[in-house]
Amino acid sequence: MSDVKSVTALGGKSFGGLVRVAEAPLQGMITVRGDLGLASVKEAATGLTKAEMPATGRIETGAEGAIAWMSPDELLVLCAYADAAPSVPKMEDTMAKDFASAADVSDARAMFRLEGALSREVLAKLSPADLSVEGCAVGQMRRTRLAQVPAAIWFTDDETASVICFRSVADYVFALLKTAAQPGSAVGLAPAG
Amino acid sequence: MLILQCPYCGVMADETELSPGGEAHLTREGPGASDDAFHDYLFMRENPKGVHFERWRHAYGCGKWFHAARCTTTLQVFGTYKAQTTEPPKDIRDRITKARPGWTWRDYA
Ligand SMILES: [Zn+2]
Repeated sequence: MSDVKSVTALGGKSFGGLVRVAEAPLQGMITVRGDLGLASVKEAATGLTKAEMPATGRIETGAEGAIAWMSPDELLVLCAYADAAPSVPKMEDTMAKDFASAADVSDARAMFRLEGALSREVLAKLSPADLSVEGCAVGQMRRTRLAQVPAAIWFTDDETASVICFRSVADYVFALLKTAAQPGSAVGLAPAG
Repeated sequence: MLILQCPYCGVMADETELSPGGEAHLTREGPGASDDAFHDYLFMRENPKGVHFERWRHAYGCGKWFHAARCTTTLQVFGTYKAQTTEPPKDIRDRITKARPGWTWRDYA
């Protein structure tokens, strides 16, 4: 098992259009479920990432990763890919006395980055969510759909977005993003456009 | 287009991000119920033109079930509230009364 080389879903494919769309390199992702008010849950997530606990609907970045609020009883912890698997048992230990769990989902997800002034517009073509600067400010974690599949979107600055989807639909999501970023297809919604 | 605010994550969710869960506040009659009560639980649903109470799930978001009070003709939303609520909250009923004086829905008014 351990001598198998990990690969991303699409081998890091990228596309240049209205914005640059690129599959992100291997990304560690750990789903933590439990009462987010528990000290042990907080310790498990913040200890690994050195990030603050996120408020409802937000994502906080720290020295070693990030923590995203996914639901009232779920966090998504982002860390280095190599750290994810060994961190899970440590987190489980930290939370051993509570009804909470951690699971390595790194290989069950795919991640994309969008770079460019029209990033919000490209994503808004595919989602019913308000992805304007006011509707999805930097630091907010917006779970929504891209066309027919679930996705989580957040902006690290006003021109850069990250998208996480299930690995099984990585090809579909990449095709969507390429289509929405097709040169000549700008609709002029983005303030920077 | 129907937009409901999820009371758990605060997201203004489009109808297409939600799964409909049918009528709200049903009493789930089970073993020990009379035949009539069980029949009504299975088959009798409100189908109002106007004020209605429904269950929705934030399927493409936080995943939680919640309740919504809305008007089926105008799509006006009177409010959303958490699933752990066995009857329409007072503040939402007051808001409906302001907008639709004389409204009734099952035993509520
Ligand atoms: Zn929600």
